[in-house]
Amino acid sequence: MKEVVVLSGKGGTGKTSIVGSFASLAKSKVLVDCDVDAADLHLLLQPTIREQHKFWSGQVASIDKEKCTQCGLCQEQCRFAAIKDFSVDTISCEGCGFCFHICPAEAITMKENMAGQWFISDTKYGSLVHARLGIAQENSGKLVALVRQQARKMAEKQGADYIISDGPPGIGCPVISSLSGASLALLVTEPTLSGIHDLDRVLGVCHHFGVPALVCINKYDINQDNTRRIEKFCLAQGAEVATRIPFDGAVTEAIVAGLPVVEYSQNGVSHQIEVLWELVSKSLAN
Amino acid sequence: MIISVASGKGGTGKTLVATSLAFSLKDRERVQLLDCDVEEPNAHIFLKPVIAGSEAVCIPIPEVDETKCTYCGKCAEVCPYHAIAVLARHVLVFPELCHGCGACSYLCPEKAIKEVDREIGVVEWGKSDGMKFVHGKLNVGEAMSTPVIRRVKAKANRDAIVIIDVSPGTSCPVVESIKDSDFCLLVTEPTPFGLNDLVLAVETVKELGVPCGVVINRAGVGDGKVEEYCLRESIPILLNIPLDTEIARLNSRGITLVEGMPQWKESFIGLFDRIREIMNERSSCLKR
Repeated sequence: MKEVVVLSGKGGTGKTSIVGSFASLAKSKVLVDCDVDAADLHLLLQPTIREQHKFWSGQVASIDKEKCTQCGLCQEQCRFAAIKDFSVDTISCEGCGFCFHICPAEAITMKENMAGQWFISDTKYGSLVHARLGIAQENSGKLVALVRQQARKMAEKQGADYIISDGPPGIGCPVISSLSGASLALLVTEPTLSGIHDLDRVLGVCHHFGVPALVCINKYDINQDNTRRIEKFCLAQGAEVATRIPFDGAVTEAIVAGLPVVEYSQNGVSHQIEVLWELVSKSLAN
Repeated sequence: MIISVASGKGGTGKTLVATSLAFSLKDRERVQLLDCDVEEPNAHIFLKPVIAGSEAVCIPIPEVDETKCTYCGKCAEVCPYHAIAVLARHVLVFPELCHGCGACSYLCPEKAIKEVDREIGVVEWGKSDGMKFVHGKLNVGEAMSTPVIRRVKAKANRDAIVIIDVSPGTSCPVVESIKDSDFCLLVTEPTPFGLNDLVLAVETVKELGVPCGVVINRAGVGDGKVEEYCLRESIPILLNIPLDTEIARLNSRGITLVEGMPQWKESFIGLFDRIREIMNERSSCLKR
């Protein structure tokens, strides 16, 4: 069983549209949405939720006003400036428990934190594992690790060939959590200076964690000079450019229709995504 | 006054709005732009600042003096991140898991732990055409972006108009960037993806108690559901930027919209004036 994760560095380059189409094209797979704080894949795959679980993660400090002597030690020592006027700002609290350990009045307790929910769903394309991080919560990396682990279990149970994963933007904690140990990263970029800059950094993360990367240039015809720059850059970096996908309003129309673009339209975009999936699956087979 | 520019969904045009707003205001206000998208900072591509200074962002991680250590295990017991493990005759530190809370060194009964700096990123500052510029860059391979964001925000000058470019999403880096803002502009696109992530972003700013308004980018594509939602929730739509190939081309070349199409300057000044009006109304409401 092989796992491909679709990343981009920069947001809005087309990760979810491509994963939605792969869902339609790939035969034996489990789908997973690793963008747990702004998940969109379900809008294309129309899942029916089969299982729903709470995601408990981390702790938050809480001060018992009755016991607190207002000595101020916790405020002084907290590195995250999470205690003000002898009360805890739960948004800033990182749950380290330092205050709990040092409070001379034993007035601080650590409370378990419900940080989100995760789901196993049925779609007409197969199983989807997805999640929703609670508003303003931390530990998105842990939730990503959890949905990946569930997807792996499910893929093993079903004897699926592939895990296809829609990754988050950026290069930090949830991206690292989506990437580590995957068989292949597909990096979706666009021919803008921002896209190139961000591709460079996310490719660096792939190298850092030893995951091979394949690049796809989306909306390549928006700026063909930049497209050539990306191709040159990838050549120098030893990353293969798999396909160029043209800009087409049908991609947005498909999103509005709630369908993978390959099912919505038989245009150039759909054709290129089909070619891309063939290359990705070939790459995964090696 | 701090205005943050966020979105939920990536690629909706946060940097376009943040840099154009800064560019439009720089002749009449003191403007400072902070790029808090430290994972993928892009504002410098558009503003081309001259960098005048930089400093490393470090987190303090434990270093154990094993000549003093009795392997009692207290440090491992208090570390909730599993960044330190005590074996029979050895202590292992996992630097990338450490949040730098300081509990282990403080609580070590033998005072065998001191803290040493580990670099995770950098903050750079400078000037761009009359405005002040600060951004942070998380080192490639590092997971924790919030300490870098905190250091970028520490450079904010509240006497100026501070514009913060935020990363996409709704989790800790976004919260760290937006909190303490006076106003948050949410940039979206009129599609189901844009709407889904806008709703999450609105919930986040509400949780933080920051007033918000919406900018719709690529107006004309998709459907009318973002507008319906904003109307229903009484969230003001402050600006519409149409889908326009010329705007996309400028953006692809790293040219700020207002610089490439100066006719947009009035719209961004209008956007700022409306934000100021909303805040004035709000503060007079609060006084009453």
